Amino acid sequence: MSFAPTSRRPRGEGLRALLWLSPWLAGVAVFFVYPLLSTVYFSFHRYDMYTLEFAGLDNYRYLLHDPRVGVSARNTLWLVAFMVPATVLFSLALAQLVTRLKAGAGLLRTVFYLPSLVPMTAGTITFVFLLNPGTGPVDHLLSLLGVRGPDWFGDPDWSKPSLTLLSLWGCGQLMVIFMAALLDVPRHLYEAAAIDGAGPWRQFRSVTLPVIAPVLMFALVTNVIYALQYFSQAMVASRVASGVTDSPGSSFSPGYPEESLLTLPQWLFQTGFRDYSMGYACVLALLLFAVSMIFTLILLRQFRGAEAGEGS
Amino acid sequence: MRLVPLAAAAALLCSAALTACTAGKEAGPSLGAPRPSGSASQALPAATVELWHGFSTDAEVKAFEDAIARFNQKYPQITVKATKGVQDDQITQAVRGGNPPDVAASFTTDNVAQWCRSGAFQDLTPVIRQDGIDLSVLPAVARSYTAFAGRQCTLPLLADAYGLYYNKALMKGHQPPRTLSELADLAKKLTVRDADGTIKVAGFVPSVQYYENSPSHLGPMVGAKWYNADGTSAIGSDPAWRELLTWQKELIDWYGRDKLEKFRKGLGDEWSAEHPFYKGKVAMILDGEWRTAMIAGEAKDLDYGTAPLPVSDSRPELYGSGFTAGTVIGVPKGAAHPQQAWELVKYLTTDTGSLVTLSNALRNVPTTKAAMESPDLVKDARFQTFLDIFAHPRTSTLPASVNSVFNQEAFAAFVAKWESGSVTDLAAGLKGVDKQIDDKLKLSGG
Repeated sequence: MSFAPTSRRPRGEGLRALLWLSPWLAGVAVFFVYPLLSTVYFSFHRYDMYTLEFAGLDNYRYLLHDPRVGVSARNTLWLVAFMVPATVLFSLALAQLVTRLKAGAGLLRTVFYLPSLVPMTAGTITFVFLLNPGTGPVDHLLSLLGVRGPDWFGDPDWSKPSLTLLSLWGCGQLMVIFMAALLDVPRHLYEAAAIDGAGPWRQFRSVTLPVIAPVLMFALVTNVIYALQYFSQAMVASRVASGVTDSPGSSFSPGYPEESLLTLPQWLFQTGFRDYSMGYACVLALLLFAVSMIFTLILLRQFRGAEAGEGS
Repeated sequence: MRLVPLAAAAALLCSAALTACTAGKEAGPSLGAPRPSGSASQALPAATVELWHGFSTDAEVKAFEDAIARFNQKYPQITVKATKGVQDDQITQAVRGGNPPDVAASFTTDNVAQWCRSGAFQDLTPVIRQDGIDLSVLPAVARSYTAFAGRQCTLPLLADAYGLYYNKALMKGHQPPRTLSELADLAKKLTVRDADGTIKVAGFVPSVQYYENSPSHLGPMVGAKWYNADGTSAIGSDPAWRELLTWQKELIDWYGRDKLEKFRKGLGDEWSAEHPFYKGKVAMILDGEWRTAMIAGEAKDLDYGTAPLPVSDSRPELYGSGFTAGTVIGVPKGAAHPQQAWELVKYLTTDTGSLVTLSNALRNVPTTKAAMESPDLVKDARFQTFLDIFAHPRTSTLPASVNSVFNQEAFAAFVAKWESGSVTDLAAGLKGVDKQIDDKLKLSGG
């Protein structure tokens, strides 16, 4: 009996498949394709939320003159380049620690996981207060040790590392994912490696890493996208650390200190919803979309390469 | 592929935009139309007028209710439904969506130009003329921040004026300074440090990042100009800004920026009873008139005085003036009951009794000359300072601009860099601010 593939499908099968897919297709059309096309349309217009006027390429030309695009893109890329690896590696290290501990593992797991349950805004505000150089307990403790702490969220050189610390503090969810992956690594592989004389590092490199590679890649892809959309923590930290409130003739400039925490999504929001330059904000949205796509495609290609290597 | 979050971001931006097509529709009669016959003020038909405002505390809301109650005595057929705590973006969304309130008030003047230019708020000029209202009862500065491009689309409800507060106990017998050099000298004299140089008491904190010290609030001290007549930036070409920033940086450097920053960050919240001025940590501050009421409530025993802001040594004629802005109120496009809405706006902004009621309760400056001179207005020497600043012919404001928020932020961001010492060429830096503002102006259609 031959099971050769046939090119002839029963009539209506394609239609049935489309029918099954239709909820998803409708969702994609309404929540992705339509907004994307609208964004492109509005990016060629001058739109202040009241009046719509064709502007040709003006919004795109302005992108080349806008000094804050460069600043915010650099800040966002810094987060991708440093915060993401730091968070992933730290989560992995914590997961390794918790899975290997004989005693107190349950307690530590809880302690490390709890911060990820704290609401983002509350956690950020608390962090800024804890690290406040004038009144914060961290600064006080450091001074007792004879160390002069930096101006964490007030110094442009330290503000992003401080946000990275915040990210490390809240990495419990990723730690749990890595724990599950680590516990999935077959024990006999370690035993075989140990018999062959592999030390802990070699075992990690040759046994653990290849097995958890898909999870690692998942963590990297999701965290890169998350970093590209980084908004709330940076906005809250800036505002709380600056101490500035909006009043007549005075408004808060996002990115305090010295625009070091101004991320691309923040600038997009500011442009669209504070300055009412909605057309230009759509250009920024497209830029962010393009950058996210590029990063995602690169990571997925790497991932497929790693999978292929593993398969062979 | 995780594209959904990005799509959501795009959707967030553009779902708002998609309803733009509705923004042009007129949902109700316009104020420009002649009054329906038999509708002269008192004879207006019954209606429920929706009023949105930004006030939110119990005292503020009660003050508004009292003013509305007085309005109802005059117009019993008009019911006013007030909604508190409304921000500008909510007003914008409502106007765009074709479902605006009849009357809307905003705490800031930042969006007046945008509202006037786009027609989001109706031009009040026809009804002002029709009712014979003399706008000269308002100081010129208040007229300027409520209109744009010849359209008087809002009126001032209450004003804020900014002056100098000084802690008498910390002044060591000195009189409040009248010039910038006197202010710098006195700030140094009154500053108290630990042996290691840590600041314990600051005479005056010159940083623009300190509470109310924004560039727009400090600018009037030197008579600095924001815009040229054509709306382009004058920041780089006006030497007054260079004078102010040079003075400010010298004082910051005298404190030591790191020490000053550490001191600033250790201070209490601006809107709490821990305010450093109450606690004797800062001898002199720049602040608005509302602080008098806050001190009365939060630091009753504080012995303090108020004075106009010190001014440039070369501009003594500026002494007595200051910065002003305030709450504005108007009738959005598409208001269901524009004639009744106008009566409410007119009453709240021009009726002496109403303005005095609101001013006494909220401790803001009433905007008309009659209200400022009313015997019913509760005032002492400290509050009188702000009435005088508001009425001073040289008092200035942040002129209306379609990119007001952007312009303020661009300048404030530059000044923050200047303070930190990362700007080497002040003149070139200010020219850079000009370029940012002018480029944005072009993008906005001039």
